[in-house]
Amino acid sequence: MISPKDKAVLLKFLPNDDILTQCMHCGMCLATCPTYELTKLERSSPRGRIKLIKYVAEGKLELSNLFAEEMNFCLDCQACETACPAGVQYGKMVESARVVIEHSNVGSSKINKVIKKFLLNSVVAKHSRLKLLARFLYFYQNFGIRTIAIKLLSIFPFAKKMIEIESLTPKISKVFSSEGLKEITFPENPSKYKIAFSTGCIMDIAFAEINFDTVDVLQKNQCEIITPKNQVCCGSLHAHNGEIEKAKELAKKNLDIFSEFEYDFLISNSAGCGAFMKEYIHLFVDDPQYSEKARGFSIRVKDISEFLANIEPNKQMSPLEEKVTYHDACHLCHSQKVMEEPRKVLQQIPGLNFIPLEESTWCCGSAGIYNVTRHDDAEKILERKMKNLQETGADVVVTGNPGCIGQLKHGIEKYGLKMEVLHTISLVKKSMDRNI
Amino acid sequence: MQPSILEKIKKVVGSKHYYDSPEDRISYSFDGTPMLQQLPEAVVFPQNNEQISELLHLANKEKFAIIPRGAGTGLSGGSIPVENSIVVVMTKWNKLLEIDSANLTALVEPGIVTGVLQKEVEKLGLFYPPDPGSMNVCTIGGNVAENAGGLRGLKYGVTKNYVLGVEMILPTGEFLKIGGKSVKDVAGYNLKDIVIGSEGTLGIFTKILLKLIPLPTKSKTITANFKKIIDSGKSVADIISSQITPSMVEFLDNTTMNCVEDYTKIGLDRNSEAMLLIEVDGRGSSVDEDAETIVSILKKNNAVQIRIAENAAEALLLKTARRSAFSALARRKPTTILEDATVPRSELPVMIEKVREAASNFNVAIGNFGHAGDGNLHPTCLTDERDSAEITRAHKAFAFIFNEAIKLGGTITGEHGTGLAKKDFLESAVGKEGIEFMKKIKMVVDPNNVLNPGKILTLAPRCEGALPVKREQIPDYNAHH
Ligand SMILES: Cc1cc2nc3c(=O)[nH]c(=O)nc-3n(C[C@H](O)[C@H](O)[C@H](O)COP(=O)(O)OP(=O)(O)OC[C@H]3O[C@@H](n4cnc5c(N)ncnc54)[C@H](O)[C@@H]3O)c2cc1C
Ligand code: SF4
Ligand code: SF4
Repeated sequence: MISPKDKAVLLKFLPNDDILTQCMHCGMCLATCPTYELTKLERSSPRGRIKLIKYVAEGKLELSNLFAEEMNFCLDCQACETACPAGVQYGKMVESARVVIEHSNVGSSKINKVIKKFLLNSVVAKHSRLKLLARFLYFYQNFGIRTIAIKLLSIFPFAKKMIEIESLTPKISKVFSSEGLKEITFPENPSKYKIAFSTGCIMDIAFAEINFDTVDVLQKNQCEIITPKNQVCCGSLHAHNGEIEKAKELAKKNLDIFSEFEYDFLISNSAGCGAFMKEYIHLFVDDPQYSEKARGFSIRVKDISEFLANIEPNKQMSPLEEKVTYHDACHLCHSQKVMEEPRKVLQQIPGLNFIPLEESTWCCGSAGIYNVTRHDDAEKILERKMKNLQETGADVVVTGNPGCIGQLKHGIEKYGLKMEVLHTISLVKKSMDRNI
Repeated sequence: MQPSILEKIKKVVGSKHYYDSPEDRISYSFDGTPMLQQLPEAVVFPQNNEQISELLHLANKEKFAIIPRGAGTGLSGGSIPVENSIVVVMTKWNKLLEIDSANLTALVEPGIVTGVLQKEVEKLGLFYPPDPGSMNVCTIGGNVAENAGGLRGLKYGVTKNYVLGVEMILPTGEFLKIGGKSVKDVAGYNLKDIVIGSEGTLGIFTKILLKLIPLPTKSKTITANFKKIIDSGKSVADIISSQITPSMVEFLDNTTMNCVEDYTKIGLDRNSEAMLLIEVDGRGSSVDEDAETIVSILKKNNAVQIRIAENAAEALLLKTARRSAFSALARRKPTTILEDATVPRSELPVMIEKVREAASNFNVAIGNFGHAGDGNLHPTCLTDERDSAEITRAHKAFAFIFNEAIKLGGTITGEHGTGLAKKDFLESAVGKEGIEFMKKIKMVVDPNNVLNPGKILTLAPRCEGALPVKREQIPDYNAHH
């Protein structure tokens, strides 16, 4: 048990009563909630969770394992926020509830929490260590060690799930983008836009080529690109997983680093990072030292598709004949409300055969590190996405977030579909390259 | 409730379908109704007719109450638990059992979501018209239990016009089948009309047979804004008397329009006093002619900004925006108490004025919208449940609105039902004899008062126990009443 005093301190993390009372429990969000669809239980629904948080905040419900379970079961996909006509700020509530859980004695075991905390705070948050780990992984994945390890493990029936989770580990890039990109890249034509580029941690080590593609396309669109070498993780994974203090610490570092440069837009190609960097402005409203900096920063953050859709684009593109469909990353469509822009960018590719995806805004189950921490649930959610993808008959599925790319690749392999997964920018780059 | 009784309940449905954690009880303690809440003792998901029947037998024997529940979007408290009750959730009974294209019927389980059913039948060129604002979430079982209406009620009627038959378990546990695929049926009393709208007090539906019609092939969606609210009311009256029957004529006042625009950002005119959303549908050229006539009526009544949706996508956007109206009003203030007063259509302009009068007399913010073509308005009080003085004023404003509606020949609820929320006003709408007749029916069908007790009626011999907050408990309420 935690002492009443500690509990009182903890509960202060929860949003105030005005925010909690905003939900008028009409249920209009139920149909869009993937976890409610799975269990059909109100406690796994947005309004159910909100009511539980309200009860905890009012001291009418003890912090319990079941409460923790429901808060962690939530994908934080924020589909309910899009669906809610009343403007309820659900994300804020569940993320603060997770802070309370992480610091209390409910939810996963202490040892799990310690491991998660270590990984988030001491590896992800320290890019040099993340890169070191990634180097080991690269070695493991590329020199036959993985094949041997999997063969050995597969003897044991209990290891089946381990192997499946292992297969979710993204394939580490040979050259990290933070090392392959120059700190300043000049445009091919006269410079029109000054861009700061956020490399993202996962993009950097596992999808470096997407970062190279991004810079390449920007370069062809009259952009001068600054890629600060010492930028750190944006903190979104920490914030979504109850480590808000660490998230703020990282955010401050980035604010300091980026403020040394002058730029018109700060471009991100990871939906999760972009969404969180747009949030800095709210994160620091009451911080006299950082509020101004955060404002200047957040208003400049744009997803790469947002930027490209709003400029006069370089038309040097050649036709692509592939059948292409688009999956909306939650943190792009629900958090950032960016839906039309990527579609517009795709339509600019000549000859493209675009096939709409049913339920394109339904979460794929990736949800940050959810597909690792809650693998079984993520697999069930993935199933629905795969069924819809299969029905499109597309050759390529395009999306805007590294987590989704990994999860979709995993699903396509698991369900034996023939489909390529690409980031929006990579398809644009492909069409530009053919032009040469 | 005694643990031994809960054990018996658990045994009936199996432990996998039984929930009694505090978290489950809390999350089933409310529905879409503001300010009413009560914890159930347990929540169960029965698997078949036999289990439902056994639960009811047990309830009669052990004297506890059973609350049927669909999606819990009800607005009169129909699925809110009462003291010493368990909730029986029907959402997992969501199969579409049969579409009979020869007889134009659909046989469904009660938990199927209304919008899901509609999509399925529309794939076959068929149409199930009732479309409550909550249609993407609410269930057919809940719709039949509330006799729900919707936007298209004006031309196509409400749920009861599409129910051909039901299968249900009675409060005493027996199975009853009513109606069938024949379009005509006058054998005995018309029991169907008694169970439709019974709000879960006369039986638990287990199957529902619905009538379908051919899907209209053409439609036109028109919006018009008005500088003066009165002109919108007059337009509605003129359209109705012009012998055109649009499929919908929806009304939104300025407050509602602004909240909807905040949510949808589809470019509604924030400055006008009122807006109408009108749809005409059918087959062939008459649709265009009707649309033209309506546009000229709108012009005559000083409408500004008349807009015709360019395509189906734009029309859907406008209708979806309208469907979000009630919830969108919660952007202003956290508690939205929505009412459902309905008047004969010719009285609509008067009623709209009366709502404005109520808002200013009692000093409360009211957003008004509704199915204007049906004379069914949803004046919604924007308030805060934590401010008891304002809540009292809100209730006074509503008492005033109800009285005015009844004076105009109207009623207290057009589509949301009586439940707990409107019980106190029932007598003024149906009279003493009406209530007595209803009580007699209930007492014969449910002698121990176990099924959804305390909803619609207050009954002897078995009193309902403590109900979720009653209006009388609100300070000052009695003084006014
Ligand atoms: C945003 C919003 C908009 C709405 N718009 C409209 C509208 O336009 N028109 C309209 O008419 N209503 C509207 N409603 C009200 C509500 O959606 C309807 O009353 C709907 O029919 C309730 O269905 P439900 O499945 O949610 O049932 P619930 O709310 O769960 O239950 C409603 C009643 O039905 C009973 N019940 C449920 N299932 C069964 C069953 N299988 N057997 C017996 N009894 C059962 C319950 O006991 C209860 O009394 C709206 C509600 C919201 C929140
Ligand atoms: S979160 Fe929004 S949509 Fe969901 S129940 Fe609450 S108010 Fe309604
Ligand atoms: S964030 Fe996603 S999973 Fe969580 S409650 Fe909202 S819709 Fe459901």
